[in-house]
Amino acid sequence: MANWGKIARRSFLIGSAAVAGGVAFGVYQYRRELPNPLQPGVGEATLNPWIIINQDGVTLVAARAEMGQGVYTTLPALVAEELDVAWEDVRVIHGPAAQAYYNGGLMSHALPATDYDRTGFQEVMIEAMTVLPKMIGLQVTGGSTSTLDAYEKLRQAGATAREVLKQAAADRLGLPRGSLETRDGRVIAPGGIELSYTDLAVEAAAIDPPRSVELRPRSQWRYLGQSMPRLDMVEKVTGAAEFAIDVRMPDMRFATVRMTPRLGGEMLSFDATAAEAMPGVDRVIDLGTGIAVVASNTWLAMQAADAVEIEWGPAPYPETSEEMLDIIRAALDEAPNSTLRDEGDIDRMEIDPADRVIEAEYTVPWLAHATMEPMSAAAHHTGDRLEIWAGSQAPGFAEARAAEAVGLDADQVSCHVTYLGGGFGRRGESDFIVLAARVAQAVQGTPVQVTWSREEDMRHDFYRPAAAARMRGVLRNGFAHALEGRVAAPSVTRQAMARMTGSAPPGPDKGHVEGMFNQPYAIPNYRVTGHLADLAVPVGFWRSVGNSFNGFFMESFIDEMAIAGGRDPLGFRLDLAEREHAPTAGVLRAVAEMSGWAADRPEGTGMGVAMTHSFHTPVAVVVEVQQQDRDIVLTRAWIACDVGTALDPSIVEAQMVGGLYFGLSAAMMEEISFAGGEVQQVNFPDFDALRIHQAPRVEVRILETQAHLSGVGEPATPPSMPALANAIYDLTGERIRDLPLNRRVRFVV
Amino acid sequence: MATTLTVNGTAHQVDLPDDVPLLWVLRDALGLTGTKYGCGVAACGACTVQIDGEAARSCQVALADVWGQVTTIEGLGTPAALHAVQAAWVEHQVAQCGYCQSGQIMQAATLLAATPDPTDEDIDTALSGNLCRCGTYPRIRAAVHAAAANLRGA
Repeated sequence: MANWGKIARRSFLIGSAAVAGGVAFGVYQYRRELPNPLQPGVGEATLNPWIIINQDGVTLVAARAEMGQGVYTTLPALVAEELDVAWEDVRVIHGPAAQAYYNGGLMSHALPATDYDRTGFQEVMIEAMTVLPKMIGLQVTGGSTSTLDAYEKLRQAGATAREVLKQAAADRLGLPRGSLETRDGRVIAPGGIELSYTDLAVEAAAIDPPRSVELRPRSQWRYLGQSMPRLDMVEKVTGAAEFAIDVRMPDMRFATVRMTPRLGGEMLSFDATAAEAMPGVDRVIDLGTGIAVVASNTWLAMQAADAVEIEWGPAPYPETSEEMLDIIRAALDEAPNSTLRDEGDIDRMEIDPADRVIEAEYTVPWLAHATMEPMSAAAHHTGDRLEIWAGSQAPGFAEARAAEAVGLDADQVSCHVTYLGGGFGRRGESDFIVLAARVAQAVQGTPVQVTWSREEDMRHDFYRPAAAARMRGVLRNGFAHALEGRVAAPSVTRQAMARMTGSAPPGPDKGHVEGMFNQPYAIPNYRVTGHLADLAVPVGFWRSVGNSFNGFFMESFIDEMAIAGGRDPLGFRLDLAEREHAPTAGVLRAVAEMSGWAADRPEGTGMGVAMTHSFHTPVAVVVEVQQQDRDIVLTRAWIACDVGTALDPSIVEAQMVGGLYFGLSAAMMEEISFAGGEVQQVNFPDFDALRIHQAPRVEVRILETQAHLSGVGEPATPPSMPALANAIYDLTGERIRDLPLNRRVRFVV
Repeated sequence: MATTLTVNGTAHQVDLPDDVPLLWVLRDALGLTGTKYGCGVAACGACTVQIDGEAARSCQVALADVWGQVTTIEGLGTPAALHAVQAAWVEHQVAQCGYCQSGQIMQAATLLAATPDPTDEDIDTALSGNLCRCGTYPRIRAAVHAAAANLRGA
């Protein structure tokens, strides 16, 4: 992988006067204000913040965290499609943390309204709201928004760059620009004259780009809409891909941390005498709420950390998860924070004697992210500079937090984003980066790699919150006449935004009720209220966020309503969706056909369906389970999604399957519990995930009927969990309303 | 006291205590970072290497106990000369985040050395100790079959 730092360094070593920042081309007029963070050297040019051209060829800047979701492939494909470079010549780097790389797509989730029925006004509002992420430089990978944000922006970047390269050739050849064509990194002039982009780049960088260029229609796409070979694949199968944990530098030392297991609590005292005498140990550092050990080898550091005797103060929350769940359940009866859907009149509607009223309560547990790469970051503090290497979903915030922690200005800190060994939302936090910065400050002048043990990682997460729901439904003639949902949990949005920006946003927390209030179901009386539980347990964004619990609550209850009404669960949903949102009805029909839903099921086989509309994408899932001896086996699953435009079908399919498995893992077996204020699960033996022999065969169908491009990284997770619970009901007749399911049934292990 | 260790055909003198796990010798002393740390308790398979052709969890093998020649992902094949298993992984576009894939590939290569034409059940049994949080299992199965066919000359 190329490295923007290397490019910057090479420029420096050549000793050239760097081409001034003014060479940056704005894509749109308003983007001109954002400086191009790339500093090219002699023979190099940066045509805009996404394109670097030098003697070696074309390098494209992805500026989003590659955590498996394929942004290092799809984002370059957007640029390359318009720029006309051969795929095998494309190189990709993350690039620096910079305001230019703000994610405007995040704001597409910000309006407190359903998004499946967006009006023109809402579109205008969303467009206007992208000003905010721009102003605060919100360079965040999350919310399944990377391609949504990049779709127009990066194609325009490619197209305007292509046009100035053509203009440079036109100027040199004395020909009109319109007589020139481009192909595979070259401008082609009549008479077979060819000029390479690398040859033209420096001249091109001096030319004012056109304001905007008409983008190529889909019928002319070469890369987009195709399954492209992933640009990170060869590195990742040869061990060459560099994750943060892999960063090595001359004279590097290796460290680990041991922070208070009572999250947010204090460290009362510690005794490092034994640890400091252990082989390879340099020193033990007092971090206030924990310690770090610096050694010659990570394992020696971890052994020594175990040998430090530490007395911890109490946690600022109840000691057990049972007490916490009581607080969450109690919040259901308190005044709501939000009522984002209130159709019909739940309080005063008339109920006929022939109506059927059903009620149910559900709970889900705390969950860890458990990325395969434990939290890790490398850092080098040299007095007036701090260099950090980290897998960060929010590098701008990480730089700011690290700078604060070590008393430097933000512009003295650089965060180099490596590959992420899994993110799932965990690496949007900066805690592990700040700790690495502080360790580096303590050993100033020496580069240090700070690796958390798996135990430390699992016990110091920003957890998916435990949550509870109380649902009430009214069935009239077999149709859903009313649905009232109450959801209670600690607020992820408030906590995470407070950590990122210093203050919690007031007002209704949409993320808290997403997946329940905004479902495209035509129910005449439909009210959802969100109730925030006040608990100081650290919570954070976990793949699909609020949808991860609301999807389970909503789609379990819809299933209960269907069955109480004597209806087929899929047909019941189809009725609700058909009158509200055609793409949602479409994915339900597709998954019915794929799974042979209507056919008779053999004895010992159960099937469950669920649909969640999240991240602008409706996803319907059918899961099939079988009783095999004493165990339940997940045999097959089917997914139908409507993503509007599938930019890379292979990557979309991988994200759908991965999102499904991620949710199935949680539904089957995952739970974080607390006792004595400490997380009880420490490693994969007690917080496991789906293994290959437990993973169902999956078939995915990608529909493209929606007018909008929509998210793919998260939306398969929410429906997977209720689909499995509903399948188990179909198999066993037992309705399980509390996750994980393995408290009640036995899965093959 | 230095220990001699042969990794990917190269002999190294390692000056670390005898009980340091092979994983951390490879990663921190030899700079071979393709072998990953995931759990430290042989529960995830990310650290899988071959010792004399046998798949081993390198987090559980102390330096002094390494019984033979070590092969890591870097020694299995290179970007310019991929091993058949790695080539199949590219063909089937297996990796997502990629962190567990070194271990998956080393385990799969070991399986195919003993079982040239594995069934799905063989694959599931051999790889059930290798955890993937991204959910690449269907493509792993497909890639193992493809690599097997390639190695058999089919």
